[in-house]
Amino acid sequence: MNSKTQNKIAIGTLYGVAGLVVLILLALLGYILVSGLPQLSWHFLTAPAKAFLKGGGVGVQLYNSFYLLILAMLISFPIALGAAIYLYEYARDNWVTTTIRTAIEILSSLPSVVVGLFGFLFFVVKLRLGFSILSGAFALTFFNLPLLTRSIEDSLRTIDLSQREGGLALGLSRWETITRVILPAAVPSILTGVILSAGRVFGEAAALIYTAGQSAPALDFTDWNPFNISSPLNPMRPAETLAVHIWKINSEGIMPDAKAISSGSSAVLVLAILIFNFAARYLGKRLYKRLTSA
Amino acid sequence: MKTTQQLEKQLKRHSKAAKLEIWGKVVSFSALLLIVAVVVGIIGFVASKGIATFTSNHVNLWDFLTEKKWNPGITDANGKPEVGALPMIVGSFLITILSAIVATPFAIGTAVFMNEISPNKGAKILQPVTELLVGIPSVVYGFIGLSVVVPATRAIFGGSGFGVLSGTCVLFVMILPTVTSMSVDALRSVPRYYREASLALGATQWQTIYKVVLRAATPGLMTAVVFGMARAFGEALAVQMVIGNAALMPGSLVDPAATLTSVLTTGIGNTVMGSLQNNALWSLALVLLLMSLVFNLIIRLIGRKGRLQ
Amino acid sequence: MFVSNDVSTTGTMQERHIVQPRDAQHPIVLSTEELHVFYGKKEAIYEGDLQFARNQITALIGPSGSGKSTYLRSLNRMNDRIATVTGRIMYRGVDINQPDIDVYEMRRRVGMVFQRPNPFAKSIYDNIAFALRLRGTTDKHELDEIVETSLKQAALWNQVKDDLNKSALALSGGQAQRLCIARAIAVKPDILLLDEPASALDPVSTSQLEDTLLELKKQYTIIIVTHNMQQAGRISEYTAFFNQGRVLEYDTTSHIFTNPQVQITSDYVSGNFG
Ligand SMILES: Nc1ncnc2c1ncn2[C@@H]1O[C@H](COP(=O)(O)OP(=O)(O)O)[C@@H](O)[C@H]1O
Ligand SMILES: [Mg+2]
Repeated sequence: MNSKTQNKIAIGTLYGVAGLVVLILLALLGYILVSGLPQLSWHFLTAPAKAFLKGGGVGVQLYNSFYLLILAMLISFPIALGAAIYLYEYARDNWVTTTIRTAIEILSSLPSVVVGLFGFLFFVVKLRLGFSILSGAFALTFFNLPLLTRSIEDSLRTIDLSQREGGLALGLSRWETITRVILPAAVPSILTGVILSAGRVFGEAAALIYTAGQSAPALDFTDWNPFNISSPLNPMRPAETLAVHIWKINSEGIMPDAKAISSGSSAVLVLAILIFNFAARYLGKRLYKRLTSA
Repeated sequence: MKTTQQLEKQLKRHSKAAKLEIWGKVVSFSALLLIVAVVVGIIGFVASKGIATFTSNHVNLWDFLTEKKWNPGITDANGKPEVGALPMIVGSFLITILSAIVATPFAIGTAVFMNEISPNKGAKILQPVTELLVGIPSVVYGFIGLSVVVPATRAIFGGSGFGVLSGTCVLFVMILPTVTSMSVDALRSVPRYYREASLALGATQWQTIYKVVLRAATPGLMTAVVFGMARAFGEALAVQMVIGNAALMPGSLVDPAATLTSVLTTGIGNTVMGSLQNNALWSLALVLLLMSLVFNLIIRLIGRKGRLQ
Repeated sequence: MFVSNDVSTTGTMQERHIVQPRDAQHPIVLSTEELHVFYGKKEAIYEGDLQFARNQITALIGPSGSGKSTYLRSLNRMNDRIATVTGRIMYRGVDINQPDIDVYEMRRRVGMVFQRPNPFAKSIYDNIAFALRLRGTTDKHELDEIVETSLKQAALWNQVKDDLNKSALALSGGQAQRLCIARAIAVKPDILLLDEPASALDPVSTSQLEDTLLELKKQYTIIIVTHNMQQAGRISEYTAFFNQGRVLEYDTTSHIFTNPQVQITSDYVSGNFG
């Protein structure tokens, strides 16, 4: 076979492979949306779940997902920011830094079920927090920290060294330069990273089934006193999230309309990820423009 | 000379900036230490729990790794508890390797298409789709596996439909976007002039891709695949939903089987802390953790080798 | 490229010729003594001791890689984390290369402008005002005034006075560099270090910048690295010629350009170098 024919065959094959992959991926997306979107209704998104009957909603789970997400981001963002600042701005290139980087990489490669089990052992059992929002938020934090740290570090890297020298030359400390010059300039890209990581956290389930728990007690949305057991704000109550809900009803299967509910929930999850993705891009670009335009 | 002394005093005063600098270093380093403490904590806790099976329950490590009967509540004829983890270890490796074998050609082929053949279509269609799919939660993959793949397997091969084959299918689709997008990065890091030089020498595009680009990108592509394998090995819920969760040696690809993660997710909640049943599960978690360290090490080794070349 | 010693000794040429400024009206405010700079094990500056006269412009010239930037950046210790600097840097009688010197306080007196304009991603106003605010100047009127005078001194006021709240990143290269000068002088330094400040600018902006520097000389002591010999000739009183980590010749600018004593300097200023 001469090389021209070979070339043609190979490239044709690559077209085929790429087409097939696009097909698989689009079919996947299509399936989720086509089977899920018809389930979505105001009732579905707000009503509480029903265990043995048809027609339940995912209101509590959806709320729990957001509450956990916000708590986890509130805990993990400052830590990741500090860690990223130290790693990129202060750390010298020596064995301590290398070791720390390795540790962070290990954390990011740990299966989330292991992170969840540790959360179970430490927060639920040892610290006696029980299956609770708080335990779940900590587990999600651990799951989120390494990637968020890396993403913020990458954002810091996009800001030119000359900006740092500019600050130092004015007699500012490095800390002032970082917080007053570098971080404001890096906000668009940091924000993009934060929103993308929020998408990951939102869909995470394995880290939660033994920390935030697998039950969603009914909430009283008129009671915002965090010390009351049915208050949506109570951080000590168990809180099944949307992602955990999908897993739970599919493994136990006592719900007659489990499939419809799962389809709807999957569509909600995927839509949320889509929105997170677009928001990240849009806000990032928008803020950047605002920062640089006249 | 009085002014010199004054100046020296002013210049040696510990300024606000100097104080802020120390504060900033302390604060940011504490945050970093916290993360390190988490890593040490996780490894320490899981290891100490996982070792208990062998230290306090006196299970033989070799038996644990090679015996095929997993039934920690029951003792066998010799009075030894049945904690053979081989079926789960085999199950985990089997679905990991199979899904990687299937995903690799697709992922690399797509990456080559995106980066070498049609960068335009790549950037417009494939890039956003893969990026989006990387972010899809694994339970969604599990649910689709359960409602599409399992029935399909059942219809074609008979049986329950749950098993290694379904698990492989789900993991294949799940790691495909990740491996693809990492492969694209690997190809992108091959300098443009490599291609130009090869084409200028009269090589066809395929020869250039095959002999120059793929070869130069090999370490990066290997990293992508190992990364995908690590993800497959550690995936819990999506696999648990479709594999059938029978802690038996898989007789065929369509028999129900189990993985380390699937037994863990179903078991931990049903055992009593400190009991042998519970400790044995933690030992599985320890195996999982060690394997993730091994994957990490492999990625590092590939990276180092890539740099040496 | 390298002119060996025996060539220079055959004529009347010397191997090294250093004349420190002696001018009662312009006393020395900054000098280096036994300065050595190392990047790791590699020595980048040795035999580089210069004295700088107050309210004068001193130009540092020399081929690229000769150590001009390294030397300049050592003067306000911008090299602290990058290189090892030994020896003394005497600023008005105080050695500012001692470890217990507060570098932040020192850098407010020894300011710096870089080769590439580096305005911050802030408004024009904030570029100048924010460092002042951090050091306790919060009065709006006072800030307004400092911003205005700094911009005027940097010859930028007329162009931006209506756009003070616009992003500084939208300025042209020449304007951005002058903003950086305004920013540097807003904290009222004593000495201004400039590292090839015009190398990224077009000829018109360059000549405007030179006028600005000549104006600023009345208030500040200026040390400028430049690869442009005409520029050194036009604006500086003193010129130091660097080569391979050493100062080979230091004298008044007119001496360096009309009557160099070192063969390599002569080759360099006449364009026969390299
Ligand atoms: N950050 C650095 N690390 C190591 N070597 C450097 C660094 N900066 C400059 N050098 C080296 O020091 C020498 C002097 O460089 P530099 O001061 O930048 O010269 P100039 O400004 O005269 O062009 C050069 O050989 C250069 O390679
Ligand atoms: Mg230079």
